[in-house]
Amino acid sequence: MEKQLALQLRGITKRFGRVVANNHVDLDVNRGEILAILGENGCGKTTLMNMIAGIYFPDEGHIYVDGQEVVIRSPKDAFDHRIGMIHQHFKLVDLFTAAENIVLGVHEEGRYNLKEVNQRVTEIAGKYGFHIDPRKKIYDMSVSEKQTVEIIKVLYRGADILILDEPTAVLTPQEIDKLFDVLRRMRADGKSIIIITHKLHEVLDVSDRVAILRRGEHIATVNTAETNESQLTEMMVGEKVSLDIERNDPVDAAPRLEVMHLNLHNAEGLHVLRDVTFTANGGEILGIAGIAGSGQRELLEAIAGLQPQMEGDVIFHNPKKDKPVTFFHKSMKRVRELGAQGMFHDQNMKPVSFDGMSTAEIRKWVESGNVLFKEDEIIDLRDKTPLEIRQLGVRLSFVPEDRLGMGLVGSMGITDNMMLRSYRKGPAGFLDRKKPRELAEEIIRELKVNTPGVNSPVRRLSGGNVQKVLVGREIAFTPKVLMAAYPVRGLDINSSYTIYHLLNKQKESGVAVIFVGEDLDVLLALSDRILVMNSGAVTGIVDARHATKEEIGLLMTKTDRARKEEA
Amino acid sequence: MAQASEHKEPLIHLSKRTGVAPLRAWLIRLAAVALGLIVCGLAAMLLIERLRDNPGRIGEFYYTFIKGSFSTSRKFWKFLKNLSILLCISLALTPSFRMRFWNTGAEGQTLVSVLGCIAVDFYLGGKIPEWLLLILMFIAALACGAVWALIPALCKARWNTNETLFTLMMNYVATFLVSYCLVIWVANGSSSLPKLKTGKLPTIGNDYLLIILIVLLLAVGLYIYLSYTKHGYEISVVGESVRTAQYVGISVKKVIVRTMLLNGALCGLAGYLIGAGLDQSVTVNSVGGQGFTAIMVAWLAKFNPLVMIITAGLIQLLNQGAAQISQDFNVSGAFPDVIVGIILFFIIGCEFFINYQVHFRSRAGQEGRSVK
Repeated sequence: MEKQLALQLRGITKRFGRVVANNHVDLDVNRGEILAILGENGCGKTTLMNMIAGIYFPDEGHIYVDGQEVVIRSPKDAFDHRIGMIHQHFKLVDLFTAAENIVLGVHEEGRYNLKEVNQRVTEIAGKYGFHIDPRKKIYDMSVSEKQTVEIIKVLYRGADILILDEPTAVLTPQEIDKLFDVLRRMRADGKSIIIITHKLHEVLDVSDRVAILRRGEHIATVNTAETNESQLTEMMVGEKVSLDIERNDPVDAAPRLEVMHLNLHNAEGLHVLRDVTFTANGGEILGIAGIAGSGQRELLEAIAGLQPQMEGDVIFHNPKKDKPVTFFHKSMKRVRELGAQGMFHDQNMKPVSFDGMSTAEIRKWVESGNVLFKEDEIIDLRDKTPLEIRQLGVRLSFVPEDRLGMGLVGSMGITDNMMLRSYRKGPAGFLDRKKPRELAEEIIRELKVNTPGVNSPVRRLSGGNVQKVLVGREIAFTPKVLMAAYPVRGLDINSSYTIYHLLNKQKESGVAVIFVGEDLDVLLALSDRILVMNSGAVTGIVDARHATKEEIGLLMTKTDRARKEEA
Repeated sequence: MAQASEHKEPLIHLSKRTGVAPLRAWLIRLAAVALGLIVCGLAAMLLIERLRDNPGRIGEFYYTFIKGSFSTSRKFWKFLKNLSILLCISLALTPSFRMRFWNTGAEGQTLVSVLGCIAVDFYLGGKIPEWLLLILMFIAALACGAVWALIPALCKARWNTNETLFTLMMNYVATFLVSYCLVIWVANGSSSLPKLKTGKLPTIGNDYLLIILIVLLLAVGLYIYLSYTKHGYEISVVGESVRTAQYVGISVKKVIVRTMLLNGALCGLAGYLIGAGLDQSVTVNSVGGQGFTAIMVAWLAKFNPLVMIITAGLIQLLNQGAAQISQDFNVSGAFPDVIVGIILFFIIGCEFFINYQVHFRSRAGQEGRSVK
């Protein structure tokens, strides 16, 4: 059958400041085909699609629809050219019904007749095999139903070219099957469908052709029938890049953090962590690999006490046997509690009892260094808030993915951000800015943070400098466990190496480092072991010294179904 | 169908500025006020007959503005007194606004406080020593304000209700509560409570000096509280990002409730200054809309208690100047609102130009042109 071109992109380039998101991308889409766009995170898939849908305007390049050059300045322009996009994050009004959302913003002749709309929505749904009640309110709908509304919204506007941004990320396997059936029916109807995904299995399942993007560039477009998973993986992740990252062998690696059977459902009821079990050792870097949104964020947050609904256990091992008790991380209250439980002995192995002693006397004794732990401390962090975890003396540092939205306060200076962890210290109600200021100056000096001053808002700093401030603070806390989520995302090479170096130093000093990364080359070069996650479950833990990128790539993209088929 | 052969940029596009030099920002604001005053003058020439016939007298128009607050010592003290009450309510709102808790209920919180303190005066006045009465009135005012602010705070913390609507609605409840009490208290059915003879805050030097000093002290105290204490720090963190607050283990609910209690209690102080310091009576207009004006004062000052002294002064100057104009030029009572509205429009509107840069499409071969 002769293929007819629906959409052509020629030399599309988009820059955000100094970052080139898309670099002279050429792409062809035919009528009546499903084209998958495949690529790692941040390779420019969504940016490219946003330019077709009128969200962004390209800096350079041309777009042709049906052979005619077009200018798309807004989503409305895109609809005029019969292009519609279904975004990853739904854009629906919760209080409206499906039909009301669908007609929202459509300019039609004649009066607004909801009955007619309902009927047309039902017709479209019937034609492609959707199931939908046009009178149902959005807030009553499941994620999959909301997606259906988004798709019909686009079809209602007469789109012939449909772009779906990661449509399967939020769906269950059964819902994915249904969606793919619908897509196939639309293809039969002559529609062009562009689907963004990084699940290889789905690409092979549903698409006719696959276009691979890597670091903003179009690598190749291949026919799905003529390719396989390993070829696609290779094109997606690129040739082996040799990275010169130091990696020492772990010294005295002992279990530090044990995660057992962790399960978590998010606010939408999706099962985001499925029976996650692993152990992080002190003196070792445990890498976590996985496609974005596979549960990495939730896992770290659950460990840090930020996901109160989680089920399962997080056990913290503190190798304290025969080490002196200090007030650096234990409060007087906690020391008294542990003393009452008979957790301490003195240098002569005689049990310590604080009975009948005043606070000052206890303080004196403890500070003399003669009160020792009898056993290693074992603490379950389950059902603990971040504050409780800290009050238990668990030194857990967390560099979250969202640096300015969670790790730091954007409008505050470096000094005030240093205080986030420590401001409660000190007796009176007033803040002590002296020590945080010293720490801020130290971090600026040691990590070469480029900033106008300790009080200029961190929001104004570049990504690399923001990250140095955040990592610097978390390390200054002398952690036993350091969790870092995408710590080098958006950073230039030099800043990235600063961060790798810091993580390595922590590892050498016996910290259990958990490093969530997206660049497999870096993960393989830096980590000791790599845990691979997929759809909230652990699909494997591999030895980073011997594993290959392809091996990890397969573990990352294996879907539930593929796993089941194998079994 | 567009037939573009080359790259086309939209005619106007906006970009967010990354950091503006404070001097530049203040120059933009100053320019906005000047522009506002000029537009006010033009409006006056259109609307006021005397100026329309004789545009040369426009200078008189601007002079009258100043006259409203400064021509006599009585007017000046009145200006300071009004400024103080407005400032007090603005300060009360500041902690909650810093926390991004959009409390629009200062009017009601203050009114309920006036009611509470007058209720104590009404029932106990003359029966107990005056000093004890004043203390009880003070406690009643603070408690009433705090409770009125606490109700929406608890609902926000517990069920995440919308604080803006909730606090706004509480204003109406407060107004009707006052009407209800007046019906009971005033036997003749006029609903107008005569000035009580007891429960008068003592004065020093001038009738208003004590009130002015209390509010100035409060401004300084609140500045210290917000900038140098742990509580103030927690408020800033919660306001900036709830997720960051949770991440470092701050109990967001606790901070919300505590801060709203403070907010309410400070509204209570304002109510006490009105009830015991000035009126010794209560009507539904005891606060007279200042609870809403205070929102603007706080915003204009970017929630900085010390800058608020200036913005409260500016708003009060506008109000009194505009009132003087309507009196001297013998125009309708709505005219002052027009003047105040125009100037505020410019002041608030200029924030857009401080935060964003406007670019126009460059003409062929020309460099991109940008404004402001």
